[in-house]
Amino acid sequence: MRELKDSDMPPVLELRKITKRFPGVLANDRVSLTLEQGEIHALLGENGAGKTTLMNILYGLYQPDEGEVFVRGQPIKVTGPTDAIRTGIGMVHQHFMLVPVLTVTENVMLGDEMLTAGAFLDRRKAAARIRDISTQHGLEVDPNAYIKDMPVGVQQRVEIIKLLFRNADILILDEPTAVLTPQEVEDLFEIIRSLVKQGKSVIFITHKLKEVLALADQITVLRLGRVVGSTTPAEADEAKLAAMMVGREVQLEVQKEPAQSGDVVLQIEDLEVLDERLNVAVDNLSLDVRAGEVVGIAGVQGNGQTELVQAITGLRAPLAGHIRILGKDTTHLSPRKITELGVAHVPEDRQNDGLVLNYSVSANMVLSEYYRPPFAKGVVLQDDAINAAAAQRVKQFDVRTPGIETPAGSLSGGNQQKVIVAREFSRPIKLLVASQPTRGLDVGSIEYIHGRIVEKRDAGTAVLLVSPELDEIMALSDRIAVMYRGRIVAVVDADAATKEYLGLLMAGVDPATLPQPQKRAEQKVEVVF
Amino acid sequence: MAESSAKPATQAAGAPRPRRLWEIAQLPVLAFLTAFVVGGVIIILADLDVLTQFQATLSSLGLLGVVLLALAVAVVAISIVVNRNISRILSRVVRAPTPLQDRLAGIASIVVGVVVAIALLRTAGFAQALDAAWAAVRTAYGSLLEGALGNPADIVAALQSGDGQQLNKALYPIFDSLVTSTPYIFAGLAVALGFRCGLFNIGAEGQLFVGAITSAYVGYSLQGVPAIIHIPLALGAGALGGALWGFLPGILKAKVGAHEVINTIMMNYIAFRLSEWLLNGPMKRPGSVPVSPTIEPSAELPRFFADPNRFHLGFFVALGVAAFVYWFLFRSTWGFEIRTVGANPGAAKYAGMSITRNFVLAMCISGALAGLAGANEVLGVNHNLALAFSSGYGFDSIALALLGKSHPLGVVLSALLFGTLRSGGARMQNVARIPVDIISVVQALVIAFIAAPAIIRAIYRIREARGAEVVFTRGWGR
Repeated sequence: MRELKDSDMPPVLELRKITKRFPGVLANDRVSLTLEQGEIHALLGENGAGKTTLMNILYGLYQPDEGEVFVRGQPIKVTGPTDAIRTGIGMVHQHFMLVPVLTVTENVMLGDEMLTAGAFLDRRKAAARIRDISTQHGLEVDPNAYIKDMPVGVQQRVEIIKLLFRNADILILDEPTAVLTPQEVEDLFEIIRSLVKQGKSVIFITHKLKEVLALADQITVLRLGRVVGSTTPAEADEAKLAAMMVGREVQLEVQKEPAQSGDVVLQIEDLEVLDERLNVAVDNLSLDVRAGEVVGIAGVQGNGQTELVQAITGLRAPLAGHIRILGKDTTHLSPRKITELGVAHVPEDRQNDGLVLNYSVSANMVLSEYYRPPFAKGVVLQDDAINAAAAQRVKQFDVRTPGIETPAGSLSGGNQQKVIVAREFSRPIKLLVASQPTRGLDVGSIEYIHGRIVEKRDAGTAVLLVSPELDEIMALSDRIAVMYRGRIVAVVDADAATKEYLGLLMAGVDPATLPQPQKRAEQKVEVVF
Repeated sequence: MAESSAKPATQAAGAPRPRRLWEIAQLPVLAFLTAFVVGGVIIILADLDVLTQFQATLSSLGLLGVVLLALAVAVVAISIVVNRNISRILSRVVRAPTPLQDRLAGIASIVVGVVVAIALLRTAGFAQALDAAWAAVRTAYGSLLEGALGNPADIVAALQSGDGQQLNKALYPIFDSLVTSTPYIFAGLAVALGFRCGLFNIGAEGQLFVGAITSAYVGYSLQGVPAIIHIPLALGAGALGGALWGFLPGILKAKVGAHEVINTIMMNYIAFRLSEWLLNGPMKRPGSVPVSPTIEPSAELPRFFADPNRFHLGFFVALGVAAFVYWFLFRSTWGFEIRTVGANPGAAKYAGMSITRNFVLAMCISGALAGLAGANEVLGVNHNLALAFSSGYGFDSIALALLGKSHPLGVVLSALLFGTLRSGGARMQNVARIPVDIISVVQALVIAFIAAPAIIRAIYRIREARGAEVVFTRGWGR
């Protein structure tokens, strides 16, 4: 796109007209991109826009069909990650590539071991080098700590150190903020800014508009494998970026009327749940969710939200307390009995818990109803009825799939999530439990799924929304409950909540010590303890 | 090492296409053929005649012979390297090679390499040795085929003579192959059904033994019952015995998480020793041989032809059971649950299915199918229960289920193949003096190639279809 060079220095990295075809798909169509020295370049695009393919080409995992890659003006051919690292390109994947039972030093040395006497690992020298790197770039890490004992944010630092250890000066970060808390995101941004100041160049892959505007120097937007535009944060705003990404105007704010809440649908009383390691994950928790309202549970991941949702849906037996759904005690009912009461569940891990990836779309559409008429007569599956329902749901929920026989695993993340939403929302439901319903999805899919959730709320469904994304919680919820170490530390009316206030509560600050959030329009704030 | 830059088709991914039968079957079929080729090489290497011929030629040619031999090996090696990089070479010639061109060129490169190597050796004086090698392979595989399917000349002659007895004799090998295939069908289905639920049932052999014990008992102890009742009862007893033997590891896995691989292996030993004890005690017929009493004629699975042709009803029962298993797995809600638990236990749990129930159910049905294999042998072939009556059907069936991709149709086809091989192997041993164990080697190679499909994909340049593979088991400890 931009063929002008601003200075005499060739750009650090230049992709020229990269084209990559997969059978039936044009994943990258003449994509050009220029990364200047010391630049943070955001690569923005929906899922399936070709961001990952492009970066995999750069990292040598794929070969482009056409086009060239230049590093500092020199054409290069990258045939594998080893090549990429040699030319100074390093990548932090969305899912970390660390060995939990090894220390930081050992992880960093993996594949690039420092040896003494030709055979023994020189841990001390490596650790010293890691310390140098971490002080130089503000990456606080203890070289002798074990990965498994670290929070995710620190693990990510280790990934970055791994690249710096190998002298990478072009860093590719693939969706780095997906797993971080708001505070950790701020820390990461500081680290990136400091890296750039020291002459590194960064490609930042994301679909979160706010982050792009906060961090990037240059923005390239991909859609359907093509560059649809380049811009800078100064020239763009969220709405404009979203429109570029999706190809049409996008409703960023969730449109919703004030809640018309009715009777209590979900009633949780003094609930106590243990996690896998028999630690108390949900600690004496009480909460009500009424028909026609969305209650959002805010909290950093790992504060008992998963166990709470599992207890409600019957997947994990509580230790003590009661759960009532529509007045019926469901504390010890099986998942199926609970589902049959009219409870829908959008699980947080859609690939492991929500879908059978190598099943067809149509089989996944009836995964919770396959045994009931009209999908089964006795024990005989009724393929015609299943396929008819699947086709209708695909249409109704706008699932982009080549056909209902397509394996769910070959759909994009957004469309996989739509399959789950279609399945769960097509039943007459009284209570919807949605865990991170838009995790890893692009703007278009988020807009769509949020719209559907509000629609269900307006139809009188009680909605319990669990998400570590404060933006999502604040956009959808009528009431927000903040969960910290297994307890609900506060329940706040959404109108009265601010991001800062919730953030502090999520970090474990005692609500009693905080100034009450500004009440807007006579909203009531109740603090539960 | 280096992947070609202009290789659009051989990279992974892309839009899914409707899957044709060949797409599913190509890997197993090619694995099987390749295993046979490697088996042939082993036959050559193990043949003394061939070895002495080579030695003779080598000593007459001296150093030159060694060089030539090395050259031939090098030619084959080069052809493999060419195969590996055929796309790049091809893209110089054709602008954008299609997958088919790519594949054909890849295979051609190896064929050309082998042909050149052979021509080289022939002209250099290794002709006799090569002829001996060819003869060794031809006798081995020829007698294998003849033993399995009969002698074509005999069959034609018998058909022309129209003599029933002669025809029976000429067709005997084919029918006997079917007889050997029958327990393979049952046991293969047993293992395949376990795979579908994510369970690795190594205990088919033990379940088969217990099924044989229970059906033999019903077969000889019930007297004066009409066949129409006695046969189903005896078969049912076999299924029940096997089901019990499958139920135990199933319930242990479901309730306390004991791994089914360990427990089915242990249950095998219990079954073997149990049968030994029974045959030396409670079930022993009068006399010194540890054999059970002969079953009542009313319990025998009817045979269709005169002796020695043993072809019996069990074969059709097996086909019927295979059809049922297909229906059960793919058309019933129970099968849907079993498959879902196998494909993704997490999703199954979230969808309200009981994982424990399905583990137990799948192990019971799997055991019942294996039990039927044992019952079939007792009621259809042996008519009594003797020590070590099964020649490892239960163990072979693991390979067989893998080869059949855990699909009932695939299992039936693989079972026919395995039965034919086993049945022909006996003749191969007699005629060609090649141990029947070569069959086991071929079977082992089949498993190796199927377990490492990358080898077959590399040789035949087959592109990997994403999301098309069936998950069989999820390994150790989930």
